[in-house]
Parts: sequence; C-alpha cells; structure tokens
Amino acid sequence: MKLDSLIPAPLRKPAKPGEGNGAKGAAPADLKTAPPERPSDAKRIAERAVEAPVDVLAWVDQRTAASGFLTGLLYRKVPKGTNWFYTLGSATLFAFIAQAVTGVFLAMYYTPSTTQAYASIAHINNDVFLGQFVHGMHKWGSSLMVILIFLHMGRTFFFGAYKYPRELNWVIGVVLLILTMTMAFTGYLLPFDQRSFWATVVGVNINGTAPVLGPYLSDFLRAGPEFGATTLSRFYAIHMLLIPVLIAALITIHLYLVVKLGTTAPPWLKAKLPEPLEKERV
Amino acid sequence: MSDDADKQSRAEASGRPERAKPEPPGYFEGESMTRRRALEVAVQGVGGLAGAAIVLPAVGFAVAPIFHRGKERWEAIGPVGDFVEDTYRQVVFTETESIGDAGKTTAYVRRSSKQLGEEPGKFVAVSNRCAHLGCPVRFVEAAGNFICPCHGGVYDFQGKRIGGPPVRPLDQFQTRVRKGQVEVGPRYSVTSQLEPVRARDPGEFTGGIWEYLYPPRPSTFPPPSS
Repeated sequence: MKLDSLIPAPLRKPAKPGEGNGAKGAAPADLKTAPPERPSDAKRIAERAVEAPVDVLAWVDQRTAASGFLTGLLYRKVPKGTNWFYTLGSATLFAFIAQAVTGVFLAMYYTPSTTQAYASIAHINNDVFLGQFVHGMHKWGSSLMVILIFLHMGRTFFFGAYKYPRELNWVIGVVLLILTMTMAFTGYLLPFDQRSFWATVVGVNINGTAPVLGPYLSDFLRAGPEFGATTLSRFYAIHMLLIPVLIAALITIHLYLVVKLGTTAPPWLKAKLPEPLEKERV
Repeated sequence: MSDDADKQSRAEASGRPERAKPEPPGYFEGESMTRRRALEVAVQGVGGLAGAAIVLPAVGFAVAPIFHRGKERWEAIGPVGDFVEDTYRQVVFTETESIGDAGKTTAYVRRSSKQLGEEPGKFVAVSNRCAHLGCPVRFVEAAGNFICPCHGGVYDFQGKRIGGPPVRPLDQFQTRVRKGQVEVGPRYSVTSQLEPVRARDPGEFTGGIWEYLYPPRPSTFPPPSS
C-alpha cells in the first residue's frame, strides 16, 4: 500500500508473505529502470482522509481492546425460540434512558421550592418551547417504565428464567423494581399541585405505618414531623441524584450478568438430548 | 499458601529435603505480624477512615431532622367569645412557617362541654387531619360528625372514631387564652379514651402496646398534662 509511508511504523499493516519490498524470494525492484510512481500531494491527502475514521478507531481500539469486548457483547449467541417477549428488558432500559434524558432537561426549568415549584411547572407547560411535550414524555414515560418493568418481571417468572444460575440477577431485578417504585413515588410530589401534595401525604403516612421504624422513616422522608420547608428539595434530591445513580449502577451489573450467563430458551422448547440418550429414554 | 503446600508435596514426592526459605526482610524472632501484613492493615485502616469521613457526615446530615424539634409555635385564632360549646368553628392557621399554603392546617375549635364531661373553661381544637392516612376531614354540622372524603372514615362530635378505617381519634392542638384571644399550639394525638399522648402520624395506633410499636418521635412536642 502506498499509504504505508504516511502511517507510523507500529500501526502499519504487516506485508503479506511474498509482497512488499522486503519480501523474501522477490528480486529487488530496479529503481533506475522502473522508478515508482510518485502520487501527487492532493491524492495522498485524499486517500489519507478516507482512511482517517478507521485510523482513529484503530488507534482507540489498540489502546482499549474495545472491539473484542463489543463483539462479545453484541454478537453473543441466543437460544433457539428467543422471541419478542425477550425484548421487554431492553424496553425497560429504553424507558429508563428516556426518563433520564427528559429529566435532565426538565431540571433546567424546574425550581424545587414550595413557593415556586408549581409556578415553574406551569411555566414549563405553558411557555417553554416543547415544554409540555418533554414534561408529558417524562410523566407518561414513568408509567410506561413501571408497566414494562412488571411485564419484564412476569416474563422472567413465567419462563422460569429466575432459576439457577440466574437467581442473583432476579434479586438485583427486584431491587431495581423497588428503586423504580421509589422514583415514581418521589417524582409524584414534584409538580406540587393539590393531587401530588395529598398523594404524597398519604404515601408518607402509609410508609409510617410500619411498626417501630415506620415513624422514623416518615420523619426522614419529610425532614421533620410535618411536611416542611425542605421536604420538597429532599424528594427532588432523592429523585434526581440518589436513585438514578443506584439504578444505573445496578442496571450495569444486571446486564453484565445477562451477557455472562446468557438467556434461557422459552419453556415450551424441550432441551434436545444427545442422540444415544434420546433413544434410551424411549 | 498453596504454593508452599505444592512445594512441600513436590519435595516429599521427589524425596529431597525442602530447601530453607530465606527470611523476609525485617523479620525478627517472635514477630506477631509480618511487615507486609502490617502495611496491609494500615492501608485498609486509612482507607476505611477516609471512607467514614465522607459517609458518616453525609448520613448524619440526611437523618438529622429525625432528632430535631422545631420551635414551639402559638397562633391567635380569635377572641374567646367567638367559640361556643355545641358546635365547631373552623380556623386555618400556620403549622409550618415559610412554605406558603403548604404549611397551613385547619382545626375545628369549640369551648369544652360540661355535658360531655370535659373540664370547663377550656378550648378544644380538633385537627382536620384524618387519623387513617392524613386526608382532610370535614365537620358536617347536620350529622354532628367529622367525615373523611378519601376512604370514608367517620368520627363523632369529640373526634372519636365511629366508622371506617381510622385507627384512633382525630388529633388535637394545645390551646390557651392570652389577652382574651384563643391561641392554638403544638399538635398532640389521643388514645381511644381521649388521653393525650405525643403526636403520631396518621395510620399509627395509640395507647397500650401501640405506644411501643409506634414509639413517640423526638421531633414531636410532649403532650399537655391532664
């Protein structure tokens, strides 16, 4: 390749046997009778530009070995019979990402203050360009995520996919379910209208009915014996900082285990025994 | 460990005596901990201290409100003559300051009634917070009852539960008279016999063993003595 002269030596593709200048068995070219054609600068630069994206990727890959990891992640084998029900987990992940993205942009206009929260939500809905749309995506997306996570859980349960060796992934999934419900609970207060205020009052009081520790849990959630000045900002911090980080971390472990352990075949597909055993069984 | 064992077994298998291992640097007779182990413990200890220095203040910061009791607050709600024995007057006052309407609450106030066997000359302020889950109850004049719109809790004239899911009578507020004005103060809860106890959240039983299963919180005020 003529470009070789431009590429730093360590990144240069090694010549195939029988090719290249230093190839064994080939007579050295006579530079006097057949001088190599020298490409114009423009041509060289153009050729180089075409290769540039590949070069950059190769540079990154050589230092991270990411391609091997990504190949293993994306081209892993799945069992026969894998069907649309297996997409519910990815759908839940997509719903979470949608919530994270819309939430970040809502936070640009929202004010977590008892006296300004309602007005800031009204401002988002009525004045901000596409504000009602983004707020609506976040609001309806939360219900969607709860529905999807339950469907995903049902699929796992009815397909028996929680069994050995995937019990730990089930446990992590249950924690993710609880965290998702906590997200739905803490997010409900943020619009700070009558409905969200009273729903939160009732919700906190339900939490408080747990014996012994319940009353203290209520005080923790409200930051005091009554709904107070910092209750809203407390819910806001839990909703947008604490739990999203936990969910993202647990999703990473959840996915790692999915890739590591593989997925299960649907229960209606019986495992095919090797030929001799199959005969023995009959 | 396994290396040592392997070496030993190999040595035994080949019938050769094991070669004496050189002493690690800094070794002395009778040492209780190798230098490597001591450094491990030290590094882990320092790491643990650094972690605790971050986590403990943060956790304390988050849970501090559980142990904090705010300032006692009294608010005048009207002259003594405004209140009668046989019906309630609805008053709205501020329970939590500086959070606007969200900090306001409603009480139904009357004079104490001789007919009901109450100590005369006092004022009774019944909170409108349902003892089930905290919805606002309403005093229905015609029935003489408090009725909750959420789940159908019903309380009699004194605030005792007579129907629905509530677990105890309605809360009350302390009252006093200053300069001819009735004032309401901190909230307290009552048992089914209307004995005052420290304020509980809705949904929590009061009296008897429930005083231990739903312990009083440090953030609430002591009940009035009576």
